[in-house]
Formats: sequence, structure tokens, C-alpha cells
Amino acid sequence: MPEIEQEIRQFIVDNFLFGDKESGFSNDDSFLDREIIDSTGVLELVAFLEERYRIRIKDSELVPENLDSISCLIRFIDRKSRATD
Amino acid sequence: MCGIAGVVDFDAALVAPELLHRMVGMIRHRGPDASGVYTDGPVGSGGAVGLAHARLSIIDLSGGQQPMPNGDRSLWITFNGEIFNYIELREELIRKGYQFATNSDTEVILHMYEDKGEECVRYFNGQWAFAIWDAKRRRLFLSRDRVGVRPLFYAQQSGAFVFASEIKSLLAHPAVERVIDLEALDQVFTFWHAVPPRTMFKGVSELAPGHSMAVEDGKVRIWPYWRLEYSNIRHQMGEEECAGRLLELLSDATRIRLRSDVPVGAYLSGGLDSSVITALIKQCSETRLKTFSVTFEDAEFDESAYQRDVVDFLGTDHQAVRCSHGDISGAFPEVIRHTEKPILRTAPAPLYLLSRLVRQHGYKVVLTGEGSDEFLGGYDIFKEAKIRRFWAADLRSRCRPLLLKRLYPYLQNLQAQSDAYLKAFFRVDAAALSSPFFSHLPRWDLTVRLKVFFSAAVMDEVRHADRYGELKKLLPSGYPQWDGFSQAQHLESTGLLPGYILSSQGDRMAMAHSVEGRFPFLDHRVVEFAATIPPRLKMKVLNEKYILKRAAGRLIPPSVRRRPKQPYRAPDARSFFDPLTGTARHAYVDELLSRARIQKDGLFNPLAVQKLVDKARKGRVIGAKDNMALVGILSTQLLVDQFVTNTERIASDAGN
Repeated sequence: MPEIEQEIRQFIVDNFLFGDKESGFSNDDSFLDREIIDSTGVLELVAFLEERYRIRIKDSELVPENLDSISCLIRFIDRKSRATD
Repeated sequence: MCGIAGVVDFDAALVAPELLHRMVGMIRHRGPDASGVYTDGPVGSGGAVGLAHARLSIIDLSGGQQPMPNGDRSLWITFNGEIFNYIELREELIRKGYQFATNSDTEVILHMYEDKGEECVRYFNGQWAFAIWDAKRRRLFLSRDRVGVRPLFYAQQSGAFVFASEIKSLLAHPAVERVIDLEALDQVFTFWHAVPPRTMFKGVSELAPGHSMAVEDGKVRIWPYWRLEYSNIRHQMGEEECAGRLLELLSDATRIRLRSDVPVGAYLSGGLDSSVITALIKQCSETRLKTFSVTFEDAEFDESAYQRDVVDFLGTDHQAVRCSHGDISGAFPEVIRHTEKPILRTAPAPLYLLSRLVRQHGYKVVLTGEGSDEFLGGYDIFKEAKIRRFWAADLRSRCRPLLLKRLYPYLQNLQAQSDAYLKAFFRVDAAALSSPFFSHLPRWDLTVRLKVFFSAAVMDEVRHADRYGELKKLLPSGYPQWDGFSQAQHLESTGLLPGYILSSQGDRMAMAHSVEGRFPFLDHRVVEFAATIPPRLKMKVLNEKYILKRAAGRLIPPSVRRRPKQPYRAPDARSFFDPLTGTARHAYVDELLSRARIQKDGLFNPLAVQKLVDKARKGRVIGAKDNMALVGILSTQLLVDQFVTNTERIASDAGN
């Protein structure tokens, strides 16, 4: 999964940290705890995931367990993609 | 309304009149009708003194020139503002034997000072910033109104004390440096304003609202003369009694704010507060009232339908200025020249255009509805805090968090959020519940995220163990015992009200075109009474400003009385970048946000700003954080450009 990890990391860095790679966050760091994401950010992230990975995300899936770290996202995309296939 | 400035030079034999003219020349927009200076010196061990004044003639057009002396010329005053109860005070003073040479409120201040000394300000009902030179005591006495309607700044540099209505006037003094205070920048990017006495310029201080100060023997003394307490809430107060008393006070507050020797108009927003004020003016006056409003081309922000309802209902003679995105960005550099601090929203810009309209129609004075949301409980932040506490009381409830979504129906991105996200964004957690700043944490949490754009050098300067430290020190001693609603009201009315609403959006935008705002809701009798009203009557369940609707609802159109509250906002990022073409609407935007310029000025991270600008060009800046970041960065860059780097752009104003 290194490709998805890289893409998501790049998206987070570009859109929420505005290129600040220095801030270095790990795959398990919570976006909420690290003050990386706000309420608009959640929707920006969802729009990106839906477009890039061709998945549909339901409102009930908008929970931190699915979306709050790079690791969570990788697992979530994997699960969703397999469900779609 | 006017501009004031002055110098006490502890070493010199005389303050040069040219310096005073130069200082007051910087703020001629505040008072284009006349100007004057007064100098005295040498004054023994106290050095020399000079006062300056730029006048906007409103009361006693022929007799109110300043600086003005008292009868024996031992006191000299330079005064910006209005004392609305000057007629009653004058009668009392005459009974006591004082003699008057003019019909002005200015002379009333002088005699009140003679009669009561420093305590005189407690008797004033008004909005003021003034300085009195007491030649006998060799003392300069300065004071600012209770809630911070009129501005007053000062600096102490190389043996001199300098004061003025605006910072640009202080910067005309050779000893006052032009250095950005990074702590203040940090505070703006947290609270939306610097915490007084701090300002955006190192060494330049703001006299906080409700304070007086004295300069004597080379020493400065500052003290509060007024403080609003929420310790005397009358919990047994009935609705009927409360509404009746409120209307009575508001009517009188409006009546004395119509005292003027020039015609008075009113602002109409289409909301409850300005409609109530307009209706109250109508009850005091036979002549057809002139009203003014802002409308937007961008339908998301436009309230003209409600404004028309009020105009039809009250039969006013109405004028509106219609703002496009380009109008907002076009005016923005001038807006920042007047705010003298960064702003995170463009909302002041349309009000700058509105005061120009007022001036074009020959008006100098307008009444507005400012202050009602703070003191009578109208803001969403109060409602939000109430819902957050309600949710925190039963965290497993499925219904309680839904109230937060209902609160912001116009925030699309909130509607889809899960409870877990809402809990995090609205800080419904134990740490927040025990914080003295509970009500304001969601706002401040969001705003501090803008610091991701600070340069590494700035971040190094402003790292704190406690980002709320300076604010904590200012909390009144009784604060921990107040109820949550009152605490939130205190934070809002001592923070954002003077720091942004009354300054960046109020005094500065109106005075940019020599227009004086007057605010019946900020009459201290109204404010002090409001502090005794139980919170349950201010916000009945989730019905904001309930008691005001009860008191004055029948005076305004039913559509306005029943409409959901809409905060006054203006388009932000869209005003600077056209997403259809992907270009900036004005050349200065590209110039000041360019990589090279950001690098050179050193306050922000050039790469981060670049990415934000790219996002704005594509029309993808949609959330509050990104919008605030763009406006905050651009306004900071404009501040640096106009006040630090290219000072000649400011200096040219003095020659006008």
C-alpha cells in the first residue's frame, strides 16, 4: 500500500498543512489531536477520496475511526474498494 | 467627531507646532472641517506640552473650536467624541456658578473636570477619547469611554509621551518606531485582535476601554474607572417589567443620541437591532429619516429583501451601496490603512464603502444597532456554548448534537458530520468544560490553526506554554462565580467588541469618510441594566435576544422579527481571486502574496502561502479556516507594506 500512503500524505500536506513537511506526522497520528483537520477539512478529504479512489462514502461512515489518520484511511479505502469490486 | 493628538516632552522647552500639525495631518479624515494646535512650555520640571485637534463639526458649529481652554486658560482639552448628556450636566454646572463661553459638550468636560477632577468621567453618558492639560498641576489627564467606541493610542519614547486617535499619527513622531509586534500578530491569529495595551506596533500601546490615565512628573498612571459586573443578576425579574424597562432605557438612549446640530441618519442591515433603532428614532422625530445600507451582488450575503421590508414599514428615505467582489478587494488596501491591524474577514470593507455613501449624501452622523448582540445575547457563540453545555450533560444523547447542526444551517460542511467529529470541533470535552474560556474555545481553536502559515522565525518567537496567559490576567476577580452565559458575554464584550467590531468594523470604517457612528445599545445605562437581566430572558431556550423582541418587536416588520438571525458577513477569498479565470482581481494581491515578497517580509511561509493562493485561484478555498488565512495574510502584508516598508504611501495623506 505504499502508493496510497504517499498519495494521501501528499494530499494532507498540500491541503491542510500547506506544504509544511517539517511538521512530520506518522501514519498513526490523529488528525484531530494534531489539529490538522477542521470541519471543512473532513469534507475536502472525503471529496478527494471519492474522486481519486472511485468510492462512495456514506454519511454514517464520516467518523474518526475511518478517517482520522493515514493508517485509518488506508484500511478504510481498502475495505471500500473491495466492497465495490 | 474628531481626531486628537498630543505630546508631553519631558526634556524639551517647546513642542514644535509643525510636529503637532504633522501628527494631526495624518488623521485629517477624522476631522476635515478645522484643525488647531496648542503649545505650552517650558513647564518647569514637567517639560513642554502640545495638543492638536482635527475637527468634524457636529455640535455648536461656530463655537466648538479646539484645543479649547477653560475660563482662566489653566486647562486645555483636545476631545474626540460626544457627551450626550451634556445639556443636563451643563444646567447643573451653571447652577453651581460655572460660566460657559460656548454651547459645546467640550466645554462641559472642562468644567466637569474642574468640579469633579478625574472622577468626572463617571458622570458622562457618551463615547469619548480626550486629553486635558492641567497647567496648574502640570498634569495631562486622558480618558477613553466605557466600552471602547473611540480609540486612543499612546507611546513613551526617549523622554516623550505621545498620544493620538490613530497609530499613523503617533508614527509621525520621529521617536516612535515602526516595528511589528510579533506577539500581537500571534494574538490576532488567535483572538482576532491584540489584547490591550498591546497593538500591532512595538512600543505603541492602546488605552483599554473604561480606563483613564495621567502623565505627571514623567510618570504614567493608568486605572479603570468602570467595569461591567455580572454579579447582580435579578433572577426574580419578570418578563413584563424587564421588557418595559429595557424599552424605556433604549428610547432615552436613542433620544439623546439625536442631539446634533447637523442631520442624523441610520444604518439598516435588515436585522433586528438596526430596525429597532430606526423605529425608535422615528418615534422621536417628525422629519423623514434617511437610512443607508450595504447590499451584495453575491446572493449568499445579500439581505436587501429584509432591508426593503424595514424601509417600507417605517417609511424611510433609503440609499444603498451595492458591493461586488471587485469592490471589496478594490477598497481593501484603504481599509487596512484605517484598521491599522490585520483582519481575518473582509466584512469591514463594505462598511468602508457604506460610510462613503453616507458622506456623499451630506451626512456626518448615523445611529446603528451595534452592541445589542453582545449585551442582550444575540450571537451564535452564546447559543453554541449553551448547546455544548447541554450536550456535555448527556454525552450519549443522539438528539443533543443535532442542535449544533440546526444552529448553523448555512454551514453546509457541518450537516454531514458525525457526533465524534462534532465533539472534537465543538470541544465538548472535560478540559474545555473546566476552562474559563469554554464558550470561545471552538472559535480560538479554529483560528490558531492559521498559524500553520507563520514563518519558522515567527513561530520561534511566539511559542507559548499558555496561549491564553495574557487574557487570563485580565479576567475580573468575580468571573469564576458568574454563570456560563455571563462569562461568554464578558469575553465577547471586552474582547471582540472593542478589538474588532467597534474599531476595525466601526470607528475606523466610518471615520475614514468623516462619519460618526452612535450606538444606543451601548448607552451605559442600557449596558448596566442588561447585565442584571437573567440569561433565561436574554436567550429563551434557543431564542436569541428574546427580551429585546418582547420589548420592541411590535415596532418592526413581522418578517424581520421572525427571521432567523444571519450574522453580517461578506465574501472573503472570492473577493480577491476570480475562480472563473483563476486570476487575482487586483495587481496588489499578486504582488503582496508573491513568493519573493512573502520571503522578504519574513512573517509567513512562502511555500505555504503559495499553496493557499493556488487553492484560492481554483475556487477551492471554501472553509472558514482557509478564508480567514487568506484575508489574514493579505491584510498583514498590506499593513507591513503601508506602515513599515513603503511609508511614503501613508505620508502622502498628511498633505491632503
